[in-house]
Amino acid sequence: MSKSNLNIVFAGHVDHGKSTLIGRLLYDTKSLPQSIIDDVEQVSKELGKEMEFAYLLDSLEEERKDNITIDTTQIFFKTPERDYTIIDVPGHKEFLKNMITGASMAESALLIVDADEGVQEQTGRHAYVLNMLGIEQVIIVINKMDVVKYDKNRFETVKNEVLQMFNNLGMTPTRVVPISALKGDNVTKKSENIEWAETTLINALNSLKGKEDLTNKPMRFLVQDVYDNNTLVGRVESGKISEKEEITILPYNMKNKIDKIKVWNQEKNTAKAGENIGIILNNSSKMVRGDVLYTGKKPMISDCFETDVFWLSDKPVSVGESLLWRCATQEVPCTIKEIKKKIDSSNLKELENNNKMEETEVGKLIIQTEKPVVFQKFHDIESLGRFVLVKNDITLAGGVIT
Amino acid sequence: MNHLDELENKSIYIIREAYHRFKDLSVLWSIGKDSSTMLWLCMKAFFGKIPFPVMHIDTTYKFEEMYDFREHWAKKWNLNLLIEKNQEALDKGIGYENNDAFTACHELKTIALQKAILKHGFKAIMVGIRRDEHGIRAKERYFSPRSIDFKWDYKNQPAEIWEQFKKEAVKGEHFRIHPILHWTELDVWEYIKREGIPINKLYFAKNGKRYRSLGCKPITNPIDSNADDIDKIIEELKTTKTAERSGRAQDKEQAYTMQKLRSLGYM
Repeated sequence: MSKSNLNIVFAGHVDHGKSTLIGRLLYDTKSLPQSIIDDVEQVSKELGKEMEFAYLLDSLEEERKDNITIDTTQIFFKTPERDYTIIDVPGHKEFLKNMITGASMAESALLIVDADEGVQEQTGRHAYVLNMLGIEQVIIVINKMDVVKYDKNRFETVKNEVLQMFNNLGMTPTRVVPISALKGDNVTKKSENIEWAETTLINALNSLKGKEDLTNKPMRFLVQDVYDNNTLVGRVESGKISEKEEITILPYNMKNKIDKIKVWNQEKNTAKAGENIGIILNNSSKMVRGDVLYTGKKPMISDCFETDVFWLSDKPVSVGESLLWRCATQEVPCTIKEIKKKIDSSNLKELENNNKMEETEVGKLIIQTEKPVVFQKFHDIESLGRFVLVKNDITLAGGVIT
Repeated sequence: MNHLDELENKSIYIIREAYHRFKDLSVLWSIGKDSSTMLWLCMKAFFGKIPFPVMHIDTTYKFEEMYDFREHWAKKWNLNLLIEKNQEALDKGIGYENNDAFTACHELKTIALQKAILKHGFKAIMVGIRRDEHGIRAKERYFSPRSIDFKWDYKNQPAEIWEQFKKEAVKGEHFRIHPILHWTELDVWEYIKREGIPINKLYFAKNGKRYRSLGCKPITNPIDSNADDIDKIIEELKTTKTAERSGRAQDKEQAYTMQKLRSLGYM
């Protein structure tokens, strides 16, 4: 039980070998039940193929037949040092919303690049998405070293190409590791073919840091619902909260005191970041979902703000169209007031501004909400610094406030 | 916060989101370890009293011990328990004696569930599936829409980022909500141990056999095991090389049976 768990997304351009690498990791570390290996061997044979590691991840009939990953998936993987939840995501542009769905659940990432092909369109786009999602630890894997005959010079060329791309995003990768997922070189054990490699992939993974503890940040509690007219339920997003402590409620700017912290079957008078609790206030007042309780530095509150937005839907939206802004438990109608700038997420080139946001585009926008909302810079309090834009119950875009 | 606390808190958040969005909500209880853990999490979310019905889809082929367990704990936990069957199919003699496992399962579980959802007008049901059970289940969303004819559009699932879930069931549509999607089999057992969640005795070894997964009696086989308490089960799971549902017949008949069953509305 003392072992930690890390959620890591495996991203990269189509055919650069994400699913094969995950299959290799699971196979080499004997993380798979024999019956599943048998199943994959049988299906591979039925489809007239050699053992396809990718089938361990690509479970949908269409995925196996067409050799593509359509949807994100998760698989559990253990090492003596740590347990991992690996999130596999599609590398095709048209499945970008599935890629973002998967990546948004990760706290670290592995970006895979084909040693032969080098940086491709989705390599750049995925790097952008990882950056936008606030994932700071990224391992770069240069795969298919067997195809380039384990040439160190080729590795250095691709490595520099990737480092340049990350530099443009203001990020530094944690490690750059040469491997061949297909042949098993330098994945879980050192390989004579790449004896110059600084580390194996498995060691690079185990050197990643665990989740950040948010207990020492200022306290934020977002009301998720109100039960029995007096119990505010919700999650402590950051910091800690104690009975008898004075807090302020936004958007009303009202002071109050915590009378009681409620959880089932347990006495509790203090709660910390990540805990879902009930709160009864000293002076009961009419409160609703989306209200924010805080101590310490006051969050921002405004009906107009600038933000970076990633458009993930195939439905374009123009300036002025009505949308719904959803941030944690807040939901408020909004519009895009202005598009200040649009860029292509794969290469950071500026696009012509046609006052419309379209699929895979990134924009610097001014958002106007119908009434004041509570938010913070993403790097201060993540859950109050990220939001989605919704129309007709469909998530069109994700945004962060920087 | 340790790993189990993290899992628990994520589940409670999802359960409360579901209740906030869907008042016509029900939670499916198969009497097994996963859905019993899910009920426990619901009790945590609502401070002891689950404010919506708990539904058991009864194929009538469950183990005697499961029915006993259901009656006992439904009373103790003060559940609003609904027991639903596909009576028409049963009257026609559909069952494991006369039909293949796929047909019996489809009629007595999936169709029974479809009928129950229509009968009660549920807009959402919570189901205790987990990603590590099967490759198909690993592709699920927390809030997963099902169309008017109960189809799962697995090729075009909604984006689900930063716990912003879909919330409006279009006319005729309903949602499957999966609060323990991110748990593994081992997590469930470690949590059962920590919390002291009551669990059916069929899971514990007797005469060298135990059930690792509980389904309908005619198609569920016990595994060889001497694990007669929770600690031994946890030890066993840490080293096992067989899949959890290997004792369940319907998964194995065809490589894509599970996908077919799920796209047709199977849990």
